[in-house]
Amino acid sequence: MQFWGYKRKEGRAGIRNHVLILPTCACGSESCRVVASQVRGAVNIVFNTGCSDVAANTEMSQKILTGFACNPNVYGVVIIGLGCETVPHQKLREKIQAQTSKPVVSFGIQDEGGTLKTIEKAVRAARDMAAEAAMQPKELCDISELLLGIECGGSDATSGIASNPAVGELSDLLVDMGASTIMSESIEWIGGEHVVAKRAATPELHNQIIQICKDYEEHLKAAGQDCRAGQPTPGNKAGGLSTLDEKSLGCIRKGGTRPIVEVLEQAQRPTKQGAIVMDTAGYDISSVTSMVAGGCNAIIFTTGRGTPTGNAIVPVLKVTANAHTYQWMEDNMDVDLSAIITGDKTYQEMGAELVQVIGDVCNGKMTKAEAFGFSDIAVDHVCRFV
Amino acid sequence: MNINALLMDERDNVVTCVAAVSKGNQIVYQKGGQVCTLIAEDDIPYCHKAALEDLPQGAEVRKYGEMIGQTLTPIAKGHWVSHENIFSVPRDYDSEFIH
Repeated sequence: MQFWGYKRKEGRAGIRNHVLILPTCACGSESCRVVASQVRGAVNIVFNTGCSDVAANTEMSQKILTGFACNPNVYGVVIIGLGCETVPHQKLREKIQAQTSKPVVSFGIQDEGGTLKTIEKAVRAARDMAAEAAMQPKELCDISELLLGIECGGSDATSGIASNPAVGELSDLLVDMGASTIMSESIEWIGGEHVVAKRAATPELHNQIIQICKDYEEHLKAAGQDCRAGQPTPGNKAGGLSTLDEKSLGCIRKGGTRPIVEVLEQAQRPTKQGAIVMDTAGYDISSVTSMVAGGCNAIIFTTGRGTPTGNAIVPVLKVTANAHTYQWMEDNMDVDLSAIITGDKTYQEMGAELVQVIGDVCNGKMTKAEAFGFSDIAVDHVCRFV
Repeated sequence: MNINALLMDERDNVVTCVAAVSKGNQIVYQKGGQVCTLIAEDDIPYCHKAALEDLPQGAEVRKYGEMIGQTLTPIAKGHWVSHENIFSVPRDYDSEFIH
């Protein structure tokens, strides 16, 4: 299987060719929004952190920012910083340039003399970059260039019964063709972590999976918190998911059955091809943020209760097996998998159909969240702002 | 008879209703190619679970062939199984490592 994408000098091919307007910190976010609104082909990120953080939080936000810039769907980057944040724009630019040869420019609001002067320069830079990006032809790329992030959010019992097994089948088929997939949301392995661990290709990977779940619970305990108090969510419970374990055992089916060849930290880029897992929060927006920073060029997102969220850099495809949700929220849902619930199709059949749908998205078909221009991100935090 | 509930694994002691089932009506599911029925003793909402057997307090509740929790109170056959009457049991991670 092949798709028409944008080849990059480093790493995988992109399935989009965005100019990314990237803030270094929250103080640059609004200027980035204005710049992106002025330039066709540009997308912006709203960043809620980047300053007044302990070192571990700074490390996380830097991984996210550099990961976004290096994502294959990004042609070039215009950075807007403030000037007094933890990692200023010049430093972030150098970090990104050390990892990629794509065009990167940066501006500081304090250096330039305020918002308008910064926006003027940034708009000119973004306009020129978008004009160059538009000249890049699409080329035929092998499916091995696809790194599909697999997410679930707003789950109900149809997720575990139907949509997650169908996406698991999709993952198996893609992996067999040479593509790679990432299943994240480690808190939603808890209760089914022994099942995930059984898929590990080596005993070391098996133990890493168990250790991630153990550490997650201990991390929350150290702050006097219990993951079972927040999971399942009130919406999950109303949708028939009674315990974290029940939610997890449904969630983990979306990763398929192929051997897990790599276990990643949050926002880390994979080094292997195949079925991969990443340690992230179960909070869907944060998990997608981390997988996009890890280099996913497409995301498939199962839902039961319905969710509108999207990502500026990577198309997010919404699939549901809840017939009511598909019809009631048709403006947000891309694919109806409810034939699995009615018994008209098997999850294996629907998984095979999803291969074509993902192929279309790779070739440029916009998902609904993408057409709306949604840019939802959430950066995970180790502890409080300081 | 239309199937209105799914058994995810033959070891399970709950089924998931894929249509709302009113109290007194039949819950219909398949097990190993056989159609099985039981009477709903509560109104079971869409996507929610019903007990396939009498579950004493502290019993393991199984779906997907795995434990999803333990009962907080006795739950009789045909009754609604929800977050109100089952709870998540802490994991024993240390026993899961491969040495």
